[in-house]
Amino acid sequence: MRITSPHAHTPGNTGDVMKQIILATIPGLIALTYFFGPGSLINVIMMTAACMGVEAAILKLRRRPLGFYLGDYSAAVTGVLLGLAIPPYCPWWIVAIGAISAIGIAKHLYGGIGYNPFNPAMIAYVILLISFPLEMSQWAEPRTVLTESKELIGPFSALSHIWFGTPLTGALDAWTGATPLDSFKQNNSLLVEQLYASDSLFSTARWAGAGWEWVNIGFLAGGIYLLYKKIFTWHAPIAMLAMLFFCACIGYDNGSSNSLGSPLFHLLSGGTMLGAFFIITDPVSSAVSNRGRLIFGALAGLLIYLIRSFGNYPDAVAFAVLLMNFAAPFIDYYTVPRTYGHKKAKRATIKQES
Amino acid sequence: MSYNVSSVRKVFDIPGGVHPPESKEQSLQLPLGPVLLPQRVVLPLSQHIGAPAKAIVAVGEKVRTGQLIAEPQGLFSVGLHASISGTVSAIEDRPIPHTSGMNAECIVIESDGLDEWVALDECEDYTALERDALMAKIRTAGLAGMGGAGFPSAIKLNPRADDKIDTLIINGTECEPYITADDTLMREQADAVIQGTLLLAHLLGAPSTVLIGVEDNKPTAITALKKAAAAIEGECNIEIVDFPTKYPSGGEKQLIQILTGIEVGSGDVPASLGIVCHNVGTAVAAWEAVRYGRPLISRITTVVGEALDTQRNIEVRIGTLISEVLEQNGFNADEAARLIMGGPMMGFALQDAGVPIVKTSNCILAPSKQELPEPPPAQACIRCGMCAEACPASLLPQQLFWYSQSEDYDRLQAHNLMDCIECGACSFVCPSNIPLVQYYRASKGAIKQAAVDKQKSDRSRERFEFRQARLDKAEAEKEAKRQARKQAAAEAKKLAAEKKEQELLQPTIAPVAAVPIPAAVDPEAEKAKLERALSSAQNRLDKAHERLDDAEPERRDKMAARVKEAELKVLDAQKKLEQFNTADNNDPVAAAIARAKAKASLPPHAKLTSSIEALKKRMTIAADKLSSAKTEGAATVDALQAGLDKMQGKIAKLQQELIDLGPEPAVEATVKEDTTPDPAAAAIERAKAKAAASANMSPADKLHDQITSIEKRIAKTAEKVAVARAEGSSTADALQLGLDKMTAKLDKARADLGELAPQVQPESAQNVDSAPEPDAASAAIAKAKAKAAATANMLPEEKLRDQIRSMQTRIEKTTVKVTAARAEGSDITDALQLGLDKMTAKLEKAKSELAELSN
Repeated sequence: MRITSPHAHTPGNTGDVMKQIILATIPGLIALTYFFGPGSLINVIMMTAACMGVEAAILKLRRRPLGFYLGDYSAAVTGVLLGLAIPPYCPWWIVAIGAISAIGIAKHLYGGIGYNPFNPAMIAYVILLISFPLEMSQWAEPRTVLTESKELIGPFSALSHIWFGTPLTGALDAWTGATPLDSFKQNNSLLVEQLYASDSLFSTARWAGAGWEWVNIGFLAGGIYLLYKKIFTWHAPIAMLAMLFFCACIGYDNGSSNSLGSPLFHLLSGGTMLGAFFIITDPVSSAVSNRGRLIFGALAGLLIYLIRSFGNYPDAVAFAVLLMNFAAPFIDYYTVPRTYGHKKAKRATIKQES
Repeated sequence: MSYNVSSVRKVFDIPGGVHPPESKEQSLQLPLGPVLLPQRVVLPLSQHIGAPAKAIVAVGEKVRTGQLIAEPQGLFSVGLHASISGTVSAIEDRPIPHTSGMNAECIVIESDGLDEWVALDECEDYTALERDALMAKIRTAGLAGMGGAGFPSAIKLNPRADDKIDTLIINGTECEPYITADDTLMREQADAVIQGTLLLAHLLGAPSTVLIGVEDNKPTAITALKKAAAAIEGECNIEIVDFPTKYPSGGEKQLIQILTGIEVGSGDVPASLGIVCHNVGTAVAAWEAVRYGRPLISRITTVVGEALDTQRNIEVRIGTLISEVLEQNGFNADEAARLIMGGPMMGFALQDAGVPIVKTSNCILAPSKQELPEPPPAQACIRCGMCAEACPASLLPQQLFWYSQSEDYDRLQAHNLMDCIECGACSFVCPSNIPLVQYYRASKGAIKQAAVDKQKSDRSRERFEFRQARLDKAEAEKEAKRQARKQAAAEAKKLAAEKKEQELLQPTIAPVAAVPIPAAVDPEAEKAKLERALSSAQNRLDKAHERLDDAEPERRDKMAARVKEAELKVLDAQKKLEQFNTADNNDPVAAAIARAKAKASLPPHAKLTSSIEALKKRMTIAADKLSSAKTEGAATVDALQAGLDKMQGKIAKLQQELIDLGPEPAVEATVKEDTTPDPAAAAIERAKAKAAASANMSPADKLHDQITSIEKRIAKTAEKVAVARAEGSSTADALQLGLDKMTAKLDKARADLGELAPQVQPESAQNVDSAPEPDAASAAIAKAKAKAAATANMLPEEKLRDQIRSMQTRIEKTTVKVTAARAEGSDITDALQLGLDKMTAKLEKAKSELAELSN
């Protein structure tokens, strides 16, 4: 093979990019572990291993070089993100089904890395959420709301619960807590102020919900790191957050009992920051141009807000991202940037006259 | 003295761009190296864009340094000069530095080691020279853009008259890593750069803005240039502009954007914006060509890379083999990853070192394997978009890659692949190490090839279609002529046949038609003849009737047919006689008939007139065709014109003849018995024949006839009613009324018939009235009559059998009709079904009768 220009390359490869992303999830993971016990950490480890395993198995099935493709760490990233997204202390088979759904169905059935039209982690999350609503909606209670009699779940009881279904003795209550988004959704009589004062999820929090605010801040920090490292551009995450903020400003309703939540509450609740910096920035399934990513992010933010406020599920990142994945090619057609020397941007839909 | 040297110009940013390691220091450690005097130079005839130069020396000829050895071929070409003195040893294909590693024609000169120069034409003050003389100096100096593309410099200095040049940009950017040739030139020969810039500005008609753009990673060069510019005596409006280092700022389009903020339109040249861009090397070469008369025979080249012991810039004679240069700089072949001509971003890998330095060779890069390692295998594109961030043309490289892979050239063009400058920034940043530029180059090549192929195929298709159209037209014309001839022949035949018939009946009249001026015919004799014919026909009919009566039952059919024939003949004769009589009686109808008939056998005068008319008509048509052919530029114009001329000639001739013929003879003289195609006359004839026929008919036959015709009309009207109903038309009622009336009439006619002719076979009558097919009605009359005649003589048994047979056929036919009507959901289905039922009933009756008879 003759080598043609350019002969110089930036050092590094796709694997390095993926490693950066994994690295950037650490602050969020620390916050999760601190507030909710080791469940998420165990999830991440198990899910990463499961995803790598499924990836290896399918690569073998497809007769692809294992080392080369495992080395791109894309399966690991999917595993980490899915592990962060699912509730802690969920049984092992949730992890297994999740890994098979993400890597087997959402990724390799479409042709493997680079060819998946949908975010594999979110496909898997939605499959799990729809198939196992009970297991997928049981979140642990954060450290701050635990009373004297309840303890944070320890690693051993967690593992035995995950693997053998052993009841979480002594901390049963700590396991079935609602998230701030659930609480807010179920509230229809209290003013926001009253709710914040009465619900320990809010009363023990600083801004938006016990534990969750810090988890989101953790993921925000990781996202800022990735932006600094130029792993992705600011367009999609900032557009999403800005749109969510904007919608929340409209729906806040001055804290009445009809309020749909304050802007800060929405920004620091649920999967907002994880979604903004780790999910909608998935390059494969998002829009390609910066303008397209602005639209992609903004519409994702809008969808998240609408589903959170008016849908059946308390959180909506997965649904919003998947819906926007559908729209990405369409957005791409209309957001081709203006090329040097051209007065107007072309639409990719207009074919050259032949 | 006034100086206007500034560097406070606003510079613009370009989108994208990358910052590869500059790697420029290593070649700048040593000063510009001594001139290598090679043992041999290989000078490719094409070192530029455009037509190759043409060798004007022969093998074995002695040449001196600076001597023109190949002259430019046309304007878009550049001459070539001997870069050493010596002997031309070969003019042949040699490997040249090219991406493809191809061979091309080169002049090879073996050095005599003397480096004897030709006399150089120095020029102290070029401003004293005419512009043409100056341009001639540039043109003959063999200047081609030294930045890399090798565009003939003289062409850029000669912009189109409508492109007013207001900005000259001298490109000292040198944004590629490793290369320091321009940097060295600007450091060492800053004065020449400034002088060259002033010269180029002078040649371009002193543009208001003259800029030298240099990246800010060359501070020494910038200082040197500023100093040199400041030292210029007199007016000097050169601005030396430095701007942030970023690859690929040195691309012409990018540099223009950086310095002016304007983009060169896609497919345009900078001159269309009033901007001309030259490399610093070109400016110096131009200055040396004008000031010292020195053609372009050497250049500064960076020799760099960790596989070399000495990394530096050298001034090297064009045509020196790279292997020689490498050798002198301590090349370590084992260490080298590859050999690159140009920089690491846009340079191309050389197949071997046995190729010469050419006018565009700014760098020879011999990197070690650690320095520029082999690219790792490409991973899948994850559409991370880093390439789009790096693209200086704001393309979407990841999409271009996607469509390149799928060879979707339409989409590639929609994504402006052709605006890709192949700078390599996208490949450089790609984390998956995809050789994107290779894909783009391949796709561009394919698109260009497809465009060429398409043009070719379009052209041949157009040719083919034009030919096909021409052939079709000719064929259509031929066909029209054939049809016309056929029609004429048919008419002639018909006419002849009719004449023959008349001859048979009225032998005395027949010759009249053939004679131009008909002889006077005795009407009495004519009438007598006709009467005779009639009586003989009647005789024959009587005889036939007799024979029919006597005939054996087996031959009765035949006899009946003969009777029929005789009847027809009688009718014919009667008709003719009738016509003759009416013609004689001078009634207006007969007169009209006579006139029409007269026309058919025209006297010469009238014939001429009518042929003139016809010719004139044809001429108008031909004239029309001609004009349309002219507007279309068809090849048939000449032929049409010739035809038209001929026709005109003919008309003139005929008109002359007409005049010669004298006054028109009396038309009255041409009374003849001749059938004409005149439809009115024919209708009259038909009506008369009918009248005559009906006069001869028995009342029963008349009634039969009437019944059939009414039935026919009823059937038609019923159909109309059905259609009108189906369409919800308002005429349905009116039609229904008419239908009712007709039915009443029919009933009456039938009743009359029943009263009048009890002898007529009821079966036959019923046959007629139950016949549903209106179109077959007239045929049915004849059939019915023949049948009646036949059945009159048949045995009852035979009659019945015959009846049954015919019934069966009719039932079959009607069944088919019913099915068809059902399938179409037609309204007449019921009526047909009713008829069918009736027929079946009748059939059953006939069968039972037959059975009775047989018993």
